[in-house]
Amino acid sequence: MRRSAALLIAATLSLTAAACSSSSSSNSTAAADSSGGGGKVTVSIDCAPPSSRPTQRQQWADDIAGFEKLHPNVTVKSIDTFPCETPELFTAALKGGTEANVFYTYFTDKQQVLDAGRAADITPYVTAGNLPVKDDILPSVWNSVRSGGKTYALPRTNYTMGMIINRRLFQQAGLNPDQPPQSWADVETDAKKIAALGNGIAGYGDYSAGNNGGWHFTAEMDAQGAAMVSPDGTKAAFDNAQGLAVLQNLHRLRFDDGVMGTTQLYKWGDLQKQMAAGKLGMYIAAPDDITYLVQSLGAHYEDFGMGPIPGPNGPGAGSLAGGDDYMFNRKDTPAQITAGVQLVSYLWLTEGQGQSFDYARSKASGQAVGLPEPQLFQGATAAEDTRLKTADATMPVQAFAPFVSANVPGVTEPANAQAIYKILDTAMASVLTDAKADPQKLLDTASSQVDEILANAQ
Amino acid sequence: MTSAAIRPVSRALRRNLTAHGFLIGAVLCFACFSWYPMVREVIMSFQRQKAGRTSWAGLHNLRQVVNDPSFWPAWRNTAEFTALALLLGFALPFAVAVVMNELRHARGYLRVLVYLPVMLPPVSALLLFKYLYNPEYGLFDHVLALLHLPTSGWLQSPDMAMFAVVIASTWMNMGSATLIYLAALQGIPGELYEAAELDGAGLLRRVWHVTIPQTGSILSLMLMLQIVATMQVFVEPFVLTNGGQGVDGSTTTVVYLIYQYAFNFSNYGAACALGLLLLLVLAGFSAVYVRIDRRLER
Repeated sequence: MRRSAALLIAATLSLTAAACSSSSSSNSTAAADSSGGGGKVTVSIDCAPPSSRPTQRQQWADDIAGFEKLHPNVTVKSIDTFPCETPELFTAALKGGTEANVFYTYFTDKQQVLDAGRAADITPYVTAGNLPVKDDILPSVWNSVRSGGKTYALPRTNYTMGMIINRRLFQQAGLNPDQPPQSWADVETDAKKIAALGNGIAGYGDYSAGNNGGWHFTAEMDAQGAAMVSPDGTKAAFDNAQGLAVLQNLHRLRFDDGVMGTTQLYKWGDLQKQMAAGKLGMYIAAPDDITYLVQSLGAHYEDFGMGPIPGPNGPGAGSLAGGDDYMFNRKDTPAQITAGVQLVSYLWLTEGQGQSFDYARSKASGQAVGLPEPQLFQGATAAEDTRLKTADATMPVQAFAPFVSANVPGVTEPANAQAIYKILDTAMASVLTDAKADPQKLLDTASSQVDEILANAQ
Repeated sequence: MTSAAIRPVSRALRRNLTAHGFLIGAVLCFACFSWYPMVREVIMSFQRQKAGRTSWAGLHNLRQVVNDPSFWPAWRNTAEFTALALLLGFALPFAVAVVMNELRHARGYLRVLVYLPVMLPPVSALLLFKYLYNPEYGLFDHVLALLHLPTSGWLQSPDMAMFAVVIASTWMNMGSATLIYLAALQGIPGELYEAAELDGAGLLRRVWHVTIPQTGSILSLMLMLQIVATMQVFVEPFVLTNGGQGVDGSTTTVVYLIYQYAFNFSNYGAACALGLLLLLVLAGFSAVYVRIDRRLER
């Protein structure tokens, strides 16, 4: 009996091992099939909408079917992931080499993927034939997916940051919601009036934890027109009048004006909850935060507007840009890369169709149309995008006009961004929690620490 | 080899087949999920990856983590957490166990009460404490204000943050330790207490001369386990301070730094090097424990 039990356990383990190995071998079989003869190509792509979002999932399935009809030799294998990227899982997948043929990344992941040697150079495949809008994609967006003159990804979305305002609170405070603040002095004036409404309402909110404080410090430095690091990327460059102004602005709002509430150490997700609950007047964010406020937190589009990121005397000189893209697995065959480029073009980069730009379908299915993103195009494609978006808008696009018309140029994140953000979190947390904090001393400390981090990274 | 010699070997194999069958699962699990990652960690500590190529980096990763401005503060914070957690988390469960052992009524009810927090998912328990610590609507500051005592910034104060983390951690984890101590206490022969009572020993003297010596081995084992566990603190500051750093880096711990290196900076080499350092420190503690334990046994 005991021997039978032992044999059963051993057999179970063998079967488990066999199951594990068969799953990995099925991947290699798929890869072999896709590169095989007969002109048939199988290409896997991740970031398909999950079943918890049935409308988006159905639209994805329709788009894939449409693409396969246009390209009968291509079979698309969709992998649903939500969120599209979880940093911990992403880095583990990168280490294990288990990415899809076409895989989702943030712009800021580029160096990590290149260091891991997981990305294919797709430069020869990015042709007008495979990607008709190639020449209308903004140069700054192309820069985000290129390295050393080679293209490693196709952009999916792109955004710059601005000031999201709660229009309802602006009205209640006697402010004009069509005129969001342009400078930090305006922010202070408006925040005081909003906080005066009482009932736990804060005029302005900002991050100071989870590396998000450093992220916003960087955004506010960009708006001051100053760089975070020296041009060669070896030294911190924020220990100056502009850096001091960023910290002093926040310290004044928190302690002199008392318009930021007592609770701090916020990171992404915290301010959104306050905003959706009508407890926050404004905060700095990208336009897609509004989608999150509405779709995930039950707020209403008409309650929000957007202005430019504030600068010292008017709209900021620059705005931290970000976005995401699809990279291509180093193991992809030329046929898979070609099919992948055509697929991303079909899904994400063609006006009037696909996931981003089929505004008529989005409107018909009750989805939001009218947010000032993605900011991917210039020239004729940009003009066409504006025309189509306005025609099918489901929200008062005029509420975002101050953000759009300010047209603050995008600034890309510095190298070693997360390590720098982690250091600056400390400075942000101190000015927002300690009334006696010395911004200059905090900057000095952060600057020398970032110098050490950058020297270590060489 | 002759057939006569083969026979005993095959007999021994047959005899142990069952044992090997049962062992293979555990051995495979440990090999795949413990030993292999540990070996890989050591190897990766001396490697770096650039442009898809992995190369030997010598002591580069180690130098990088030691030169990190957060390195020494992280060790200092970890040591502070360990010391505070031992002070509270080691002594308090023992005291509670002694009191519960003396009680004659509601024993089962009290055991459930003490163990209940252990059954809560850690993140839920920590979110509850985060709410209690909130300076605007948290219960703790509200009670302090009612008593006309000065309120504390708790997690937002660099001086109080680590203490606040320890309080939450102790509340979450003391149930298990209390039950283990209680089991050990109940294994002490009643005659020893009776003899001590006849000799005129009061409660404190009974605890000092009977309870502590009789539970010495359990106490030393728990001390060792708690040092190893508390030095790996991560979840508590990560949840309570919304990412782990706290104001002025007051809750940055060694494991949090490892997490940052691996998953925020994508620097596995540095993460492994720091992990290796932590492993060596914990191995040092374990060696001290084994030595003390052997001496006690003699």
